[in-house]
Amino acid sequence: MTRPVTGLVEELLRELAPRVLGVLVRRHGAFDTCEDAVQEALLAAATTWPTGGLPTNPTGWLITTASRRLIETWRSESARRRREASDVRREPPPADPAPATDDTLALLVLCCHPALTPPSQVALTLRAVGGLSTAEIARALLIPEATVAQRISRAKARIKATGAQFREPTPTERAARIPSVLHVLYLIFNEGYTASSGSELYRVELTAEAIRLTRALHARLPSDGEVAGLLALMLLTDARRPARTRPDGALIPLAEQDRGLWDTAAITEGVDLITATLATAAPGPYQVQAGIAAVHDEATRAEDTDWRQILGLYELLACLAPGPMVTLNRIVAVGMVRGPAVALEQLDAAETNPALAGHYRVDAVRAHLLDETGQHDAAREHYRRAARHTLSLPEQRYLVTRATPPC
Amino acid sequence: MKYLILIHSNPQFLERWEGLTDAQREEFGRGHLALTDELAASGELVVSEGLADPALAKRVTVRDGRTLTSDGPFAEVKEHLAGFYLVDCETEARAVQVASRVPDAVWGLVEVRPVLDMSGWDL
Repeated sequence: MTRPVTGLVEELLRELAPRVLGVLVRRHGAFDTCEDAVQEALLAAATTWPTGGLPTNPTGWLITTASRRLIETWRSESARRRREASDVRREPPPADPAPATDDTLALLVLCCHPALTPPSQVALTLRAVGGLSTAEIARALLIPEATVAQRISRAKARIKATGAQFREPTPTERAARIPSVLHVLYLIFNEGYTASSGSELYRVELTAEAIRLTRALHARLPSDGEVAGLLALMLLTDARRPARTRPDGALIPLAEQDRGLWDTAAITEGVDLITATLATAAPGPYQVQAGIAAVHDEATRAEDTDWRQILGLYELLACLAPGPMVTLNRIVAVGMVRGPAVALEQLDAAETNPALAGHYRVDAVRAHLLDETGQHDAAREHYRRAARHTLSLPEQRYLVTRATPPC
Repeated sequence: MKYLILIHSNPQFLERWEGLTDAQREEFGRGHLALTDELAASGELVVSEGLADPALAKRVTVRDGRTLTSDGPFAEVKEHLAGFYLVDCETEARAVQVASRVPDAVWGLVEVRPVLDMSGWDL
């Protein structure tokens, strides 16, 4: 028996959570009740292990505890109903159970079921695959614990209603379902970036959790280009986090960041991963976005940025996954490569698209391009308009500063 | 995405409230309870509260490091905040739909305000 530090216990529990859940669901069916039982076993471990020490077989301990909890639930249910539940297979837990298969993929596919709303997918994935408690998820998402609990129980009821089964997806199913899994992981990562308030700690925890889960998926599907692309994109974006905000929370644009603060280990890992992936896999939107992030991260000074390559990648992205923000980002790159006048012409044309008409980011880009052509008064007017319409606090602060004439 | 649904009131609304029958007031209260329950069940409720009469308000200002407070009622106040719902929903359209279910919307004024987040545009 060793006495581990609380942080290490947490790490271990999150690692073991999907394995234990996989064993239980394969043995008993009933994903919803098994998930509750595993959650209770994890909470029991989190309270007893840090002081009492790790059991010799932590996985076995969790499986046994969760199975006991499951049987207690069924006993009290059947006592209440005065009949045997028929939708579950009951077996006593074996003495020393050990999981043989990795159920991470099957669990992710189930938790990211397309019948669920994105907030439910996020909450359920964090709990069932990430091993986070409802309280931890609530703190990270800045919503009450009861709200998270409700999202999880609704998600499980919905999964049950769709008749979705817990099993390893076939290659065809996998191809169909991986995009929604990647989207949920991306949402979790982004949530860590965009939480409306709350301590930095919990936001960092969500980005770290997203990276951990994507890493686990990548380990399971190493040749999937988009999984690798998303992991690289997360690593390359998260690498810039230390330089991204001032201590008061104000946003620092990429061109003005202190690049010495960037996480070089994460950049190296992300660049190596995306370079190897782009050379072998069929290109996809996450890979191209990771490619763009890599070009930015590889420039030691903002003026060394290879904008020609970025423009080329945005053109590729506009073919693979066109959208209003891709259009705008491409125009910014055009401004860097071919000059602000050409970019302003393209912006006029782009603004006829209803998705962009009146969007504050069009004003922000126009303001930036006008500044570049020396039309500072006109630029300030557009910065002001952008500042009034953004939904982001750091952006609002930045745009207001740009809209203020220099003293 | 979080939205704050603000319930505004004014002396005219209060007068109309006083003119309601007991049954109408009860229905109004049940409407709020039902909406709160429904938002809790859908996993969209962050918090909802009703506010005490503005006569009980205290105004706080800090001038030159000194804290000054003054007690209500404040005669010049025409509009006041009567309560709020903080919801976390997927779209603005959904927040507006929730706001239309606030019982005060049929005779008072309900406003939906998006809450700023910490997102940033990485370029």
